[in-house]
Amino acid sequence: MTLVESKLDPNDAVYRHVIPAGEPWMHELRAGQYFRIVDLGGNQAVDTLFYNAHDYSDRYSAQDTIQSQGNLYLTTGTQLKSTGGTVLLTIVADTCGRHDTLGGACANESNMVRYSIEKRYMHACRSSFLKAVIEWGQGMDKRDIANNINFFMNVPVTPEGKLTFEDGISEPGKYVEMRAEADVIALISNCPQLNNPCNAYNPTPVEVLIWDGPRG
Amino acid sequence: MTESPILWEETVQPAASWSHVLKRGTCLRITDVEGGANAGALFYNFECPTERFNMPDTLKAQHIARLTKGFVLYSDMGRILCSITDDTVGWHDPLGGCSNAGQVKAKYGEARYQEHRNQYYRNGHDSFVGELGKWGLGPRDLTSNVNFFSRVDVAADGAITFHAGNSAAGAYVDLRAEMNVLVILNTCPHPLDPSPQYNPKLVQLAIRRVPAAGPDDPCRVSRPENGRGFTLTERYFL
Repeated sequence: MTLVESKLDPNDAVYRHVIPAGEPWMHELRAGQYFRIVDLGGNQAVDTLFYNAHDYSDRYSAQDTIQSQGNLYLTTGTQLKSTGGTVLLTIVADTCGRHDTLGGACANESNMVRYSIEKRYMHACRSSFLKAVIEWGQGMDKRDIANNINFFMNVPVTPEGKLTFEDGISEPGKYVEMRAEADVIALISNCPQLNNPCNAYNPTPVEVLIWDGPRG
Repeated sequence: MTESPILWEETVQPAASWSHVLKRGTCLRITDVEGGANAGALFYNFECPTERFNMPDTLKAQHIARLTKGFVLYSDMGRILCSITDDTVGWHDPLGGCSNAGQVKAKYGEARYQEHRNQYYRNGHDSFVGELGKWGLGPRDLTSNVNFFSRVDVAADGAITFHAGNSAAGAYVDLRAEMNVLVILNTCPHPLDPSPQYNPKLVQLAIRRVPAAGPDDPCRVSRPENGRGFTLTERYFL
């Protein structure tokens, strides 16, 4: 894994916000802006979706992203592709080294399947996603909750076709940074999962920062 | 109830689209007649199509990155859309997705209807959107698809490559519907198939009535997660 640091100074950011665990965040990014997510506590799952800001039906696609780069894992150089073939963002810096896009987001219903039927009432990412898209309005609803990225999560696939959830490789202060290649809407659920050791059973806040791109 | 004879059979021509509401209690057999076919498929709860196949939930509930006999296809609502009750292939691809118009043109060139009639080049994305449109669904309903008969190998560093020769002539897979499932299917080539020739293959479909999953059903007992998945699916019909 290659780690790439960013030269951008957090003091120059035009936007900074800390997302507590268990909460959604939705925000527009203009083409050319830089977008960083910082894992403040380490090994926190940051469930993330992107939409073309001019056509929400054109949205992040895990399969198109994997297929076009010929690799399952996201890191510096990865182009985040949409269902319509648009390059939404490019990952330009990554101090963690590998991010997942196969594990999806936790939900009341998938927690019932994975852990036990009594887990239905625990808070989950897809409830945060749903709350955010409904509040965003513009006709968005559950149909817009696509298969997401899990920044800072390590979900390797073996040559035998097994999917495994391994211990995290992130730590406090690690970050991933993207350049928006189109006007996009970013949607994050800062994961509240309490049933999985991948975050040491302790969901923590993350910070998002936005910079305007170089002018000219 | 015992298994019925085949109720009907149909051939899906190369690079063509097909859809059907597969009723709970019936089974769809897809056969790769010539070998080397790719059947891209999407699955929805026909009664409420916002409930649909969820690739991540399917993989993480069963700790798999391939599909074969004994595994099931989960919706995003914790229910089982279809069970894979039989399979002579051993590996169907849930990762590679579908092709799009730009990709097909770059890889194979252009073949329009005007000159090529029904042999014109079709792609997975447009085929899915076109068939979804017949049911009042659209691009917002596109989600990750399964590629039956295809296999993608994954290296330690995550690199993926198309596995040639995965499926032989006569290979088949059986999907038992656990809900009333809208199946959207096309036979466009796999997006990672390196063949320089546009060479889609047909598949044969056969539907029959089958018994419901019993307490010892191999898909139900293959993992504790699937036991809960069946319970939640059965509750939906109470």
